Amino acid sequence: MGSVTRIVVQRLLLGILTLLVVSIVIFTAVNLLPGDFAQAVLGQGATEEAIRSIRRDLGLDQNIVLRYLDWLGGVVRGDLGVSFAQMNFQSNMGGGEMKTVAAQIAPRFGNTMFLAGVTAMIAVPLSITLGVLAALYRNSAFDKGANLFTLSSISSPEFFLAYVLILFLAVIYPVLPSLSNIYEGMGFGERLEKTLLPALTLTLVVTAHMMRMTRAAIIQLLSSPYIEMARLKGISPMRVIVRHALPNALAPIINVIALNLAYLITGVVVVEVVFVYPGIGQLFVDAVKIRDIPVVQAACLIFAGAYILLNLTADIMSILSNPRLRHPK
Amino acid sequence: MSDKSHRSLLLRVEDLQLEGRSDETWTPIVKGVSFDLHKGEVLGLIGESGAGKSTVGLAAMGFTRDGVRISGGSVLFDGTDLVTASADTKRQLLGKRIAYVAQSAAASFNPAHKIIDQHTEAPVRHGVSGRKESEEDAMELYARLRLPNPEEIGFRYPHQVSGGQLQRAMTAMAMSCRPDLIIFDEPTTALDVTTQIEVLAAIRKIVEDFDTAAIYITHDLAVVAQMADRIKVLLRGEEVEEAETRRMLSDPQEEYTRSLWAVRSFKRPAKPAPALDAVPVISVQGVTAAYGKMDILHGVSFDIHAGRTVAVVGESGSGKSTTARCITGLLPPRLGQIEFEGTPLPGSFRGRSKDQLRQIQMIYQMADTALNPRKTIGQIIGRPVEFYGGLRGRARRARVEELLAQIELEPSQYIDRLPSELSGGQKQRIGIARALAAEPRFIICDEVTSALDQLVAEGILKLLADLQDELGLSYMFITHDLATVRSIADEVVVMKDGEVVEQGSKDDMFTPPHHPYTDLLLSSVPEMDPDWLSELLKERGLENIGDAASDRM
Repeated sequence: MGSVTRIVVQRLLLGILTLLVVSIVIFTAVNLLPGDFAQAVLGQGATEEAIRSIRRDLGLDQNIVLRYLDWLGGVVRGDLGVSFAQMNFQSNMGGGEMKTVAAQIAPRFGNTMFLAGVTAMIAVPLSITLGVLAALYRNSAFDKGANLFTLSSISSPEFFLAYVLILFLAVIYPVLPSLSNIYEGMGFGERLEKTLLPALTLTLVVTAHMMRMTRAAIIQLLSSPYIEMARLKGISPMRVIVRHALPNALAPIINVIALNLAYLITGVVVVEVVFVYPGIGQLFVDAVKIRDIPVVQAACLIFAGAYILLNLTADIMSILSNPRLRHPK
Repeated sequence: MSDKSHRSLLLRVEDLQLEGRSDETWTPIVKGVSFDLHKGEVLGLIGESGAGKSTVGLAAMGFTRDGVRISGGSVLFDGTDLVTASADTKRQLLGKRIAYVAQSAAASFNPAHKIIDQHTEAPVRHGVSGRKESEEDAMELYARLRLPNPEEIGFRYPHQVSGGQLQRAMTAMAMSCRPDLIIFDEPTTALDVTTQIEVLAAIRKIVEDFDTAAIYITHDLAVVAQMADRIKVLLRGEEVEEAETRRMLSDPQEEYTRSLWAVRSFKRPAKPAPALDAVPVISVQGVTAAYGKMDILHGVSFDIHAGRTVAVVGESGSGKSTTARCITGLLPPRLGQIEFEGTPLPGSFRGRSKDQLRQIQMIYQMADTALNPRKTIGQIIGRPVEFYGGLRGRARRARVEELLAQIELEPSQYIDRLPSELSGGQKQRIGIARALAAEPRFIICDEVTSALDQLVAEGILKLLADLQDELGLSYMFITHDLATVRSIADEVVVMKDGEVVEQGSKDDMFTPPHHPYTDLLLSSVPEMDPDWLSELLKERGLENIGDAASDRM
């Protein structure tokens, strides 16, 4: 068990380093984009003077390294800053409390996690069940059908899947709402109902990967001596797979699940746009469009953090799924 | 081992034929095997690898591995034909009335579950007994099979238990439903002699106690002589002959059977002892070596003289291969040193000159994994020829051909082949040629024959002996097979737990008095006499054989 604690600590420290590198890369990348916040906000009617004035107000006229260090200093103290849009609005109109980036992102991030959670609840059990069944009835019509279905859904663009689902589940058979306008203080049931259609779309996107890994990891074990032994004990094929093969196939399956969950947090902007779902993805894209660096930075840190934590969890669970490591001699 | 043929018939295998798939076509691998098995009777199936023993054993359970199918004949178990029976019918019988004990218990226990959970699975699933009952029964069986801590050992995971103990736990698992028939598929092949003898005694006792019929598959005649009432010999999927054990041993009818019986007869004449003032080729001096912080070797010393063979024997884990790693410089010793012809060698191979490296070569146990599967034989042998001898082009090829001729493989036929196109014995010959290519004075042979059939192994031993006489080579022969030691060694070094417990000339070694551990090793080697195990047990008692005795030393 000591080794697990060591891995966790080691990985968390490496994770912090990764976050630092990510923030530098993103900061530089956004600055390399043509135009800045002032130009993006003022658009075609911009005068030199107006641009200069906004730049001065936001500190955009300062050296890039200084700006980065300033931002970093804030982050270390737990202050993610205030979005440029908010600051600009206030300096023009005056008054009012400024919403910090943290306050701006928090509800959006909550929504994203809710959507990811609902999707995972549907997609993970579904793909493992499909994978187990595909391994059990390998090379049968069911196996081929499941493969065909999941592969075609992963190969289709997400917005296409979304519109197909809207067509069937909201238009022809109107059982679910096609718009996911979530707001604060909404009841859980209603929220779930509104989230279901985007969640189903994302389920179609992530199932193929997890199912195929489950199937492959199990089939790879089927020729091992302990599986033969189980069969020779007269154990039913289903039990052979679920009890004897699956526990030994968990490590690769867990890793693929972690990758897909990370995708659910970081890569779902297209689906959010189609369903008008107020998640972090939309906020992120809007912020990039107007070069609102504090928001972009914060969102990227969250994305990177999600990848790091999920991969760490996957590694730890892989270790725990191996009795050799769980119960040393 | 009384005559049980008058008892009621349990299993009748008639003209059983099996086919295996290779390159999309089905080719026959077992061409008509028939036998009867009565209640409580033990049939020994023997033959070399590729004889189809395991395939027949599994087919007797109505089971075939992927890529194998039953193409004809019948397997009548207590009135049911397992060849035509539905999968469901077979599942009712397997585990409950017919059980299987596999060669490698370590691989055949599921690493994810505790031993006892795997033990109780069959009785609970087949509705033979409840979980609690079955657990208690398991502990009783563990005790019967003389496993240490029978109350507790089942609650461990397979990796927490040693190989010999696992093998006994697997025999207990096979017994869990008190089957009528057990198939033992080489259950002791992977074990040390001292462990093997315990497992053999345990298996024989439990089979007799419960009056279980068994098919005992092995390639080791001495083992089968202890276990079986009758013996059936197979050769390349065909029956050679079948007879009652004693008659089979004393009076084999077929030429092939006689040749199997005669394998262990190869023996080299003893060489005169080396001169007292001779400088040994390799001198291991007080070597202590460690993996990490754990000392594995403790002050190991022995000499190997020119033109002589020193056999290093001992159980797995006794430090034989670690000593070899020290000599080759792969593991620098913590204390002590290795001398080559009187000059100390640098501890690590990195510090040794090319000429020093050249003098010490190695031949490995698994020729399969020691040869690069993507290189041709010419490339494999040509590499050291070029590296050490500096030969290129035509000269290099000529030298490779010369080496191939030396190991008795026709150069023109083999030089462009890949390792996968050779048999096990031929691959091992390539391993020898590769070692010879460096023109060394000294070769370490690490269990070079233990993965080979006896007839093939004998050929390799003869070749090594001839090469030694011709080229004046010295060998360090790592082995756990005392028959091999008897046939080729000049001197013997016995190791246990990283220490040398006894060393001397072969004749001294094989004549009493022995060091107690040497005595234990020697007495654990099965002999062809069918009464050997019974007499040994009578003479020494269960407490004084195998690991139980070894652990007390």
